[in-house]
Formats: sequence, C-alpha cells, structure tokens
Amino acid sequence: MKETLTANIMTKILEIQNLTVSFDGFKALKHLNFSMNEGELRVVIGPNGAGKTTFLDVITGKVQPTEGRALFKQKNLRSLAEHQIARMGIGRKFQTPRVYLNLTPRENLELSCNRTKGVFDTLFGKPSKGERKTVSGLLETIGLTTKADIQASLLSHGEKQRLEIGMLVAQSPTLLLVDEPVAGLTDEETYQVGELLIALAQTHSILVIEHDMEFVRQIARQVTVLHEGTVLFEGTMDEVQNDQRVIDVYLGQSTNSTEGAS
Amino acid sequence: MANDTPVKNRDIQAKQWNLGIEIMVIVAIALLTIFLVPPALTAIGQAFRIKLLGRFLSLAIVALGIDLIWGYTGLLSLGHGLFFALGGYAFAMYLQLQLPPGQLPEFFMLFGVEDLPSFWQPFYSFPFTIAAVLIVPTLVAAILGYLVFRNRIRGVYFSILSQAALIVFFNFFNGQQKLINGTNGLKTDTTFLFGTQVSDPRVQSFFYILTVILLALAYLLCRWLTSGRFGRLLVAIRDDESRVRFSGYNPTSYKVVVFAVSALLAGVAGALYTVQSGIISPKSMDIAFSIEMVIWVAVGGRGTLIGAIIGTLLVNFAKSILSEQFPQIWLFFQGALFLVIVMVLPDGFVGWLKNNPLDQFRTLIGKPKLITTYPQLESDPVILEERNSLERDIDR
Repeated sequence: MKETLTANIMTKILEIQNLTVSFDGFKALKHLNFSMNEGELRVVIGPNGAGKTTFLDVITGKVQPTEGRALFKQKNLRSLAEHQIARMGIGRKFQTPRVYLNLTPRENLELSCNRTKGVFDTLFGKPSKGERKTVSGLLETIGLTTKADIQASLLSHGEKQRLEIGMLVAQSPTLLLVDEPVAGLTDEETYQVGELLIALAQTHSILVIEHDMEFVRQIARQVTVLHEGTVLFEGTMDEVQNDQRVIDVYLGQSTNSTEGAS
Repeated sequence: MANDTPVKNRDIQAKQWNLGIEIMVIVAIALLTIFLVPPALTAIGQAFRIKLLGRFLSLAIVALGIDLIWGYTGLLSLGHGLFFALGGYAFAMYLQLQLPPGQLPEFFMLFGVEDLPSFWQPFYSFPFTIAAVLIVPTLVAAILGYLVFRNRIRGVYFSILSQAALIVFFNFFNGQQKLINGTNGLKTDTTFLFGTQVSDPRVQSFFYILTVILLALAYLLCRWLTSGRFGRLLVAIRDDESRVRFSGYNPTSYKVVVFAVSALLAGVAGALYTVQSGIISPKSMDIAFSIEMVIWVAVGGRGTLIGAIIGTLLVNFAKSILSEQFPQIWLFFQGALFLVIVMVLPDGFVGWLKNNPLDQFRTLIGKPKLITTYPQLESDPVILEERNSLERDIDR
C-alpha cells in the first residue's frame, strides 16, 4: 500500500502515449502505451522483431512517430533533433558497442563529459578540473584506469561495452537507455555489467532492453514484455515467468493457442 | 587517485615541451626555405625552380585544408578548386585595377564594355581585396556546407554535390566574358602592385617569402584545430557521426566550421598561386585539378597534416620534372601513382613512415618488433619475472 502511494507521488520520467510507428505500411509499434517513474530500473524484454529498438529510436529522436507521442518529464520529444534530446538528459547505449575506436578511453569519456557542446566552446574551452576528475573517477568505476591511454580499438568487447556505459554516465543524463548491454559477453562480464547497472540505478532512471533471461533476473525489478509492437505484459520477474501469454510468445507456440490462452 | 595528479602534470608538461619543439622545428624549416633554398637552387643552376617551389608551397596550403576536411573529418570534397579560384580571382581583380585613373582593364575594351561593372568597384581598395580573399571563399563554403550538412548529406553524395557546385561556378566564370574575361581569365604578371610590376623578381621573392610564412601559419592553425578536444571530435564525427549526435553534439555546426576553414585556406592559396603563376582562369575550376588536390593528400598521408605538404611537393615536382622529360606521359604516371598509393601505401608516405620503418629497423639490428600490448601486461610482476627468466635462459 505504501509503495503504491509513493509511486503515485513520484513523477513520471517517461511516458509513451498511443505510439505508432510505421515504415512503409509495416507497423513496428502499434498503439504502444508505456510509462516509467523517476528513479526506476525497468527491463523491457520481447522476442526478435517486437519493436524494442524502434521504441528506443523514437525516444532518442532517430525515428519520428507516425501517431501518438513520447513525453520526457512531461515534454513532448517530437521534432527535437537527437542532440537536443541528448542534452535534455537522455543517454543511449547501442546494441553493439559504439565507442570512438581511434581515440583513447580517456578521450572518449572527455568528449562525452564536455558540458558545453557548442562549436566554439569546444574549440576555445579547455576541459575543467572537475571534468578531468569526473573522467578519472569514471575510468576507475568501469575498470579501465590502466588502459586509459591506449587506443580504444585495442580493448576487448566487454571493455568496450563498459566504456560505452561510462560514456553514457559521463553525459550525466537522468534517463539511461541501454540496448542489450550483455550481448556477446562472458558470464563473468555479464555479471559485472549487471552490478554496474544496479549501482547506477541508485542515481539514474534506467531502461534496459535485454534478451538474456539470466541477466534480467539479476537486475530486474519491474519487467515489461513487448510483442509485435505492443505491451503484452507488465509485472515483476516472477509474474512474467508464470504468465501463460509470455510463455507462449517466448516458446513460439502457434497463434491459435496464444489466442486461446488469452 | 592520489598519484593521479602528478602523472597528469607530467603529461601536460611533456605536451607543452613537444609543442615548443615542434614550433621551433617549423620556424627552422621556414627560415631554411626562405634563406637557404633559393641561393642553393641558384647555385646549381636551377633558379627557375624557386618560382615553382613558391607555387607548390601555396598549393600545399590548399592540401592542408583538404586534409582537415577529408583526413580528419572524413568529408571527401572534390570541389576545392572553387574556393581556390575565388581567392585567386579576388586578388587578380585588385591587380587588374592598378591602372592610371579613368582607364579600364584591357579586356573590357575587347568586349566593348565602357563602364566598370559595379561589383569590380570595391576591388580598388586593398584592404577590401584582402578581406574578400579571406571572406568570400569562407562564406560560400559556410552557406553551401550548412545546406548540405543540415540535410545530413554525407559520403559519396557530398563528394558529388561538391563537384556539382564546382561545375556551376566553372560555367559561370567561363561564360561571363564581359564581367571577368571568360575562358581567358585574368592576367596578373603585367599588372602593378604598389608601383612595381608583379613579374618583377623583387615582388616575386616577396610573395615567395609570404607563401612560406603563411604556409607555416596555416600548418599551426591546423595543428591547433586538430590537437585539442575539437580535433578529437572531428575524428569522432569521421568514425561514428550518429554516436556524436547521441552524445549531445550537433555535428552540422562542426562540419560547417571545418569546411569553411578549409575553404579559407584554399582562398589564401589561390591568391598566392595566382600572383606567382601570373594568371587565374576558369581552368583552376577544372574537376581534374580538384581531384589532384585530393591525390596530393592521399600520397602524403591523410590525417597527418605534414603529409599533405610533403605529398603536394612530391607530386608536383615529379610532375614538373617528368613532364619536362616526357611531355605526354605525366597523366599516365599520375594515375599509376594513385593506384600504387591506394594499394601499397593506403596511409600515404607519412602514414607508412609512422608505422613501419621502426619495426623494420629493429628487425635489421636483430631485435624483435615492438608489439602493442596492454600496459598492465608490461607492468605485471608475474609476467615480468617470467620474461626475465626466459631471457636468462636464452642468454645461457
């Protein structure tokens, strides 16, 4: 009872209302409704083609919705460019690690950490002492202090994933969107990334998209299941695992029996 | 964390030290080129090459601009001849107007023009001309760049558009005989600058020195742009532009600025080249010439700056020497050179020098190649101990 009360008082950081995205008639998202509270760590799961990545594309401004709207802190994100949305405080981590391979981890972090992102500020300004401190602190958090000054292309896959999460945090966003952070990682690395996300969740709102059920179990509190562009189910991990519709979708049973179950 | 600060300070000191050395080296090379090279060339009976060197050094300024936009930012412009010509024309117009009062440049008579076209008027003023050499190419590039980059036109499409712009300007300059003498272009060697004929050796050697100085300044400008956070962002835009957007930067404004700076350099180069070669004509807006500029940078090594200068001098001197011997063969040679560079030395000469010879030298003196490993490997006590014992075994 007490929990629901606080949930109501807490402001919604992200609200998606009746969102539809169609590419040449193909509807990647269909009348999707979704909302997330400030400070929440939410995991979105769903089979391939459920529209998870498109969902992130809409929030970050890469794709414009055909219908409906996405609100971030009650502000409509439509018609804002990617960099404007990023400056409002939404950071995104891509499915494959996207770091600047020809720069060192330190330089990667410094670019993301930069507070004044105009051309001339970047040209004439120098990284402040505070920024340099943030960067070396972050290097420590993501465990790359010893490799701070070698080319990022020499890092392993897992290190690149951590570096990109570090870059995200350096932007100091209020909402982190994390797309399949553990794809291609070893079990140990997966666990490390999970711990990193849980630690970050204390100060950020985080939306994670993931396939790896083991990993989801490690970090998830609230899980949303997407299927064919709409929300199929929302609940705790245990509820999700025991829901017949979710099981059907994941086990790939025929459409008939899915309908029968629901 | 505690021992982080001294390391940082040492890094910064080392950087400043390196910068100091680099500036001294540049000044030394510039002084050598100004005071030692001309007498040396005269002594071996090659005095005419001084003039060529002056021209090629001014071309090296464009090459720096191309390196900035292509080597660092990843935008392959095949239309820099446009900005080169704009700078050249602006300066040539000023020189053409250095006449007794009431007279018009000669070519106007040929086409029966009696009154000076109004856009020529301000070119009576020397300060205006200098401003025009600097600002007109920059502004054209900024407007063009804004329209192109704002619409997220990249890669091959950008290259094609840059050529299209070049052709538009080429046709305009080529067709307007009554305004700027069309195909024939504007001659500068018979004109006067501050009372002395432009082809006079004193004027020419003044421009030679000016070219060397401006090239050194252009190099320093590019070094400054590419060394700090700004330069790293250019590399980031080249490597992954959409990531840059999601980090909260707007790549459009960065690309516009870099494109404009490279056009500025091209404009300066055009003006310097024009006075030293004696003419500017629409030929400098030939597509082939703009592509040649890219070849110079590719040969020298892109993304290295110094490579742009070396490549320009190398290709152009090869061109002038080869075409003296075999007038017909140069174009074949240029094509072959480009093929060889692309296939054998994709990083250009400087890129190759940076990476390989050290390794090759080490193999020569019987030492193993340097291998890049993680720093922690080098300092890991277990591995160090293992390595030492291995070396002891080998010694025995």
